[in-house]
Amino acid sequence: MFGLDKKHTNLLLLVFILTLLAPFILNPFPEGSGMAQFNAGYPDLMQRFVIFGIFAIGFNILFGLTGYLSFGHAAFLGVGSYAAMWMMKLLTMNVIPAIAVSIVVAGLFSLLVGWISLRRSGIYFSILTLAFAQMSYALAYSVLTPITGGETGLQPKITDPRILDGASDTTPKANLFGLEMGSSFEWSVGSWLFTFNVGYYVAAIAMLVSFYLAIRIFNSPFGMMLRAIKSNQQRLNYTGLNARPYTLAAFVVSGMYAGLAGGLMVAMDTQVGAERMFWTASGEVVLMTILGGAGTLIGPVLGAGMIKYMENIMSKINSTILHEWFAFLPDGLEDFVVTLIYPFIGKGWHLTLGLIFMLVVIFLPGGLVEGGQRIARLFKRNKPSSDTPDGKTTPAE
Amino acid sequence: MGILDIKNVGKRFGGLQALGDVNLSVAENSCHAIIGPNGAGKSTLLNCLVGKLIPDTGSVMFDGKSVLGRKPYEINQMGISRVFQTPEIFGDLTVLENMLIPCFAKRDGSFTPNAFIDMYKDSEIVERAEHMLEEMGMADARSDHAATMSRGNKRRLEIGMCLAQEPRLLLLDEPTAGMARADTNNTIDLLKQIKDERDITIAIIEHDMHVVFSLAERITVLAQGTPLVEDTPDNIKGHPKVREAYLGETQEAA
Repeated sequence: MFGLDKKHTNLLLLVFILTLLAPFILNPFPEGSGMAQFNAGYPDLMQRFVIFGIFAIGFNILFGLTGYLSFGHAAFLGVGSYAAMWMMKLLTMNVIPAIAVSIVVAGLFSLLVGWISLRRSGIYFSILTLAFAQMSYALAYSVLTPITGGETGLQPKITDPRILDGASDTTPKANLFGLEMGSSFEWSVGSWLFTFNVGYYVAAIAMLVSFYLAIRIFNSPFGMMLRAIKSNQQRLNYTGLNARPYTLAAFVVSGMYAGLAGGLMVAMDTQVGAERMFWTASGEVVLMTILGGAGTLIGPVLGAGMIKYMENIMSKINSTILHEWFAFLPDGLEDFVVTLIYPFIGKGWHLTLGLIFMLVVIFLPGGLVEGGQRIARLFKRNKPSSDTPDGKTTPAE
Repeated sequence: MGILDIKNVGKRFGGLQALGDVNLSVAENSCHAIIGPNGAGKSTLLNCLVGKLIPDTGSVMFDGKSVLGRKPYEINQMGISRVFQTPEIFGDLTVLENMLIPCFAKRDGSFTPNAFIDMYKDSEIVERAEHMLEEMGMADARSDHAATMSRGNKRRLEIGMCLAQEPRLLLLDEPTAGMARADTNNTIDLLKQIKDERDITIAIIEHDMHVVFSLAERITVLAQGTPLVEDTPDNIKGHPKVREAYLGETQEAA
């Protein structure tokens, strides 16, 4: 289906079903129950899952395949966001032109940055991209204030021209041909509440398309050349292949993915600020990709999901909640356990993330995907081995 | 006039004159060995041929066209393939993928943004790669990761990858360095077979005299950056100057 083999079609279908049913899957606990705080099925967080999923899928095309570690990808995300915002200010609040322009502008900017940065490889390449991203951040924060809004950032205003929309007296809202991104349909079943948000599904479709294109790239000769660059650039050069245009193309493609993610962010929350380009944002996508499994198809999406879940859910747990959980323990012991766990939750969620990251890098260099594969192998070992001897291997998921 | 003409090539690294004034012509469809003691400039000369180094003086013509100033991938596309001292293959990729890459490079050139075709559905390329693997006797290993193979098999794969590009000139840089006797003999047999079955010129740099005298039709002895003598293997064996400069030393060392 769609020019994919069976294995990848199944993977795509699985991701399709999971994203479609995410409002159910992420809301397993009834409202008002003690576990309800672990529900992640609210629009804002679901949107973040898929948007950062797109960002990480794109980043993985560069880092996972070619091995070039960019430390400045948030710059493309930010540039995409600003471009989308200006389309909303000047043209229309419809998200389609905003998203389209964000991809194009981020692509052009990454062409410039990549063309310069790819003159070097290894750590020097990383530093060059980091320098570009920090320059972009500094420009957006101060020098380019007329365009970027400086430290206050940009929001659509009633006074904006918006040529296609015509004058309106209400606060402008992002929409898709009249369907507002913020609007949701809520379905209450018993004590469960499921929210189906327009913005989420728009972002989810973009994510599925991105994921499909990534699979096609992974299985193409182009994708194989990118893996060959990571494996042995010397041999590639002496096999009559020019690595530069390949790495540049991968860089621009991943920049466009970042631009798409930036455009979608603006489509969801209609605001943008320079902090979106800060170096920690670039570092975050590196963490997502490595945590999930660099060079695998689904890994970056898993990594993005995991980090965003921890950021939004773990950080909400406070000491009162902890005391509730351990209320069954004798008083002294309860306080002791709570004191022990407290540094790892709430504002300390970064500590937990750091520990998980260390464990993954040391014990599962292939990320969460490798963990999944190991578990799958444990179950397979009991059955007679049924490895398909079709003579063709495909990169691991 | 040979397929490869090296004229007055000199290369200096700081105070060291690595190559003095090298004149060398490799005849088409011959097997030409370049031997010499350590530091004679063999590797420097080879690097000047493939675009890794640019000589200070002189010219290098391949098939009537200058290779100087061209990048390694451009020189490769002209028809010169190089086998490295340590086998250079794509270790993270499977054996079949290793073979697919030169097949794509041969047909599609140095860059093709073919990101939306499935590489295994390109039957022309896949058949070609499978065929080359069979010729190299590695068809059974096609799904293995290349890095897991023995050194002898890595060398075999590397030579196969070079041949998949149908080069006119194959450059071998000490192809049996660090190999066990059995692997060395296998490699010699493979190279003999290639020489006999294909229209291909082979230039080989080698330390192992057994390899050189098994394969070469002409031998150039390089010493201190200049060719000392060029002749047939039989004449080289008895040449007093060569014995003095080179053979005596290595036979003792070996």
